[in-house]
Amino acid sequence: MTVDHNLRKLSDVTETHWDLTIKPNDSPLSLKLGEVWRHRDLLYLFIRRDLVAFYKQTILGPLWFVIQPICTTIIFMIIFGQIAKLKTDGIPPFAFYLCGIALWSFFSECFNKTATTFRDNAALFGKVYFPRILVPLSVVLSNLLRFLIQFALFGLVWIWYSADGQIAPHATMLLLPLVVLVMATLGLAGGMLLSAMSTKYRDLVFLMQFGVQLLMYATPVIYPVSEIPTRLKTILSWNPLSPLFEVTRHGFLGAGEYSISGLGYSMLFAIVMFIIAVIAFNHVERTFVDTV
Amino acid sequence: MRAIAIQFDDVSKQYRLGEIGTGSLSRDLGRAWARWLGRPDPYTIVGDENNLDYAKDHVWAIRNLSFEVRQGEVFGVIGRNGAGKSTLLKLLSRITAPTSGVIHANGKIASLLEVGTGFHPELTGRENVFLNGAILGMQRSEVRQRFDEIVEFSGCANYIDTPVKRYSSGMIVRLGFSVAAHLDCETLIVDEVLAVGDIDFQQRCIAKMQNVASSGRTILLVSHNMTTMSRLCDRCAILEKGELVYIGDTDAAVERYLKQNAKLRADADLSQHQPRSGTGHARFERFWIENESGDSIEMFGSGDTVTFCFDVRCRHQPIENLDVQFSIHELNGDILTRLTSVAVGAEFTAASEFQTVRCRLERVPLPAGTYTIEVRLVAKAEELDWPRGAVASFEVGEGDFYRSGRSIPHENSKFLIAGTWSDGGRE
Repeated sequence: MTVDHNLRKLSDVTETHWDLTIKPNDSPLSLKLGEVWRHRDLLYLFIRRDLVAFYKQTILGPLWFVIQPICTTIIFMIIFGQIAKLKTDGIPPFAFYLCGIALWSFFSECFNKTATTFRDNAALFGKVYFPRILVPLSVVLSNLLRFLIQFALFGLVWIWYSADGQIAPHATMLLLPLVVLVMATLGLAGGMLLSAMSTKYRDLVFLMQFGVQLLMYATPVIYPVSEIPTRLKTILSWNPLSPLFEVTRHGFLGAGEYSISGLGYSMLFAIVMFIIAVIAFNHVERTFVDTV
Repeated sequence: MRAIAIQFDDVSKQYRLGEIGTGSLSRDLGRAWARWLGRPDPYTIVGDENNLDYAKDHVWAIRNLSFEVRQGEVFGVIGRNGAGKSTLLKLLSRITAPTSGVIHANGKIASLLEVGTGFHPELTGRENVFLNGAILGMQRSEVRQRFDEIVEFSGCANYIDTPVKRYSSGMIVRLGFSVAAHLDCETLIVDEVLAVGDIDFQQRCIAKMQNVASSGRTILLVSHNMTTMSRLCDRCAILEKGELVYIGDTDAAVERYLKQNAKLRADADLSQHQPRSGTGHARFERFWIENESGDSIEMFGSGDTVTFCFDVRCRHQPIENLDVQFSIHELNGDILTRLTSVAVGAEFTAASEFQTVRCRLERVPLPAGTYTIEVRLVAKAEELDWPRGAVASFEVGEGDFYRSGRSIPHENSKFLIAGTWSDGGRE
């Protein structure tokens, strides 16, 4: 009996002793947060690489981060404001479009760049291991930095207009961190899901590219919800991005239709989508090298 | 008994062949639909590999592999192309997951399947050293500590603040290896990356590896180069078609590997070869390769002198104007060259039933690699015997083709020319 007991003890020791165990299947929901933490330096360097490589060999350098939204805003003001004569809820058009564009480009960049994670990094993933989720995470974080720069630009514009008394901010502006978090989660989850699925079906990449373009028109980026006929409002309310845009505008610019239930819906949508995305991503991550 | 660093426990890896993914959307939808209705998967393959289609589409890259590597050991894995060496490394490096079985490991593992992985062309050498180090699992502080050492070893100190896209390929490789060589880990996994850069750098790499090995770290090494293996490894395993056929002492493993190749390859019995065409008045019986002392060999070095020998059996004699032809092919079947005895004015007359025709090849200009042989027998424009396809294959190792004592890697060369060099300056 004692011998047997000792043997079991010994085997217990050897079983728990391994630093690393490689099995055919991993837990589908694991985020490997411990590993991500251990690779935090790599995460930092990926973010740095994304940001630095963006303006290498340019004259204006990081200025491009603000030139882009300003130019887009001016174009939108001309096309949607002057030509199409879309209303902006009484908000000065420049502030209205800049706010929408900063938020939208944050979401679409997160989504588009993470959606090609596996395809763009096939060579790297085929040669070295690190938690694959670092790549989409770094994309989201580097875009967050870009967003903060762009939103700071919006902040300057905002100060100008509020000093002028043209806009009246609300306390809902304090919800901005939540809005950004939900939006980042949506972009990350959508991108991860697509990157996982597009390892098998490349068609999805093309579908996605114009899908995101179309999605912008189904989101109150260039128009306020108040301008939408009631009939279409129900459709718009299915879009989890709508409440996020409206609540931000309400907070900073003083006009926007939002509801707590709408925000709750966006959050729930983001969480569910993120869980599905993690499962799909983990599933693909293990053997994707064999299929690409 | 030293502790175990790596343990493979009945590990298998299966790959699906052919186009993966295309046309499978409808199947996947059908499968999902069936699952939704609670029916069995309509595309399940019954009987697994007994099913011919399944066996055709799926291949076991590694099958039921079990072995252990002890701490501080330099362990080599030998095997021909397609034996499963790379798959083994990929599994261990967690690049892809096994189909079944478990791999255990202790200590921090750094795997080096390629040098300069993840180098970004727009970033400077300095930035890439940090990025590459982090990709390989180093902390920034570690890289910072060893930065000078890394740059010194690579010999790229003058260009360290230049974007990597302006580097020569050699410089990128040197910088990449330097980062990898300074990895702080307990176990290092290396895949034939030793054969990079110029000779001087190669020597330094091997010295560095020996250094790492003698510092008590575990190394798992995969290489085609038997010389490197003998020099570095304590123990070796031989893989063949995904299965472990030998594990043990390095010298024994290398000898066994080379012998095995001999049996399988260079010395070929052609009497039963099928399919073949020709009148059959004379037929090839055997092909083999001899070295200068007349021993049958399976492998020789670039620049060695060897003799290709053909045993021919003639049903009617004499046969006049006998023309022996053979061609040397790359493994993928591409022809490199064709030799015919007629071309050099040698036409034989077969007077007896058994005839041995020899063709001496001086200073063979083939780079290291595996080659196959096809043969054909013709007399007076009439085909006597043509065993179809490759009849034998042989291996060329690194050799002293240039008569300079230097072995130069030739990944992209098909043949070698030494050239006669001079630098008579202008007067």
